[in-house]
Amino acid sequence: MDAADLQAIVDGAKAFFTQNTCVEPEVGTPFLEDSGGRPGGEVTGVTGVIGISGPQRGWVCFSAPQALLRHVLILLGERDTGPANTRDLAGEIANTIAGNARRHFGRNFLISVPCVFAGTFEGVQRGPKPRAVVIPLRWRIFTASIVVNLAEDSIRPY
Amino acid sequence: MRLLIVDDSNIIRSRIARALRDRSYQTVGLARSGEEALAIFRATLPDAVTMDLTMPGMDGIECIRRLMRLRPDTRILVVSALADKATAIEALKAGARGFLQKPFGEDELRDAMTTLME
Repeated sequence: MDAADLQAIVDGAKAFFTQNTCVEPEVGTPFLEDSGGRPGGEVTGVTGVIGISGPQRGWVCFSAPQALLRHVLILLGERDTGPANTRDLAGEIANTIAGNARRHFGRNFLISVPCVFAGTFEGVQRGPKPRAVVIPLRWRIFTASIVVNLAEDSIRPY
Repeated sequence: MRLLIVDDSNIIRSRIARALRDRSYQTVGLARSGEEALAIFRATLPDAVTMDLTMPGMDGIECIRRLMRLRPDTRILVVSALADKATAIEALKAGARGFLQKPFGEDELRDAMTTLME
């Protein structure tokens, strides 16, 4: 992934928070996480995962603590801030990030419906690269992260 | 106006219903997938539909095609995170009359619905 690819991923998260909360998240310095091609220590709280297929293959995750998600739900006018809706929101943010990235990657950047898990990582296949890219986000007092493991389809799974 | 809202996210369905409640839209159905949308559509025959594209099972484009076969004058607004022009064009060719990209503001949604119904 190059800088333009990362920017395309970040843009979706910025758009989501700015549009829905009027507060743009601060984007930290991206880094590589050595977690064997899976989402690792940066994935806490509730995580929405979008599988990517087509010329690019892998996944895009958005992970945030329950408190951040509950806060955003309230700003969206949602009275029910229970676990079902925080999971729904994590999936919707991940969907927005991946879907908006098609402006950059094109229509063959095929995205799955969200898979959401809370707490420890489960069920996500290894990405195509041994090290995922972690993009830290700070929104108000909360920290969240986007974790991306993408490669062109010619690269076989790690 | 009788409205069917189709989206696999409960939050988005609720948000759309809330935003349009005071604009003389009566939400007659909420669907989480294309299959559910078709069943509710047959039972309620709404005037307008908001349609997500990425959903489990039947996707939004295929659902639009089937709704058009059932009732070609149905007004369909696509509400989707998919941001590429080719997808928007495909949705419009399938029969949608408008495309609103997520994330959206409530005013944008209301404006899009007003345009849809003109």
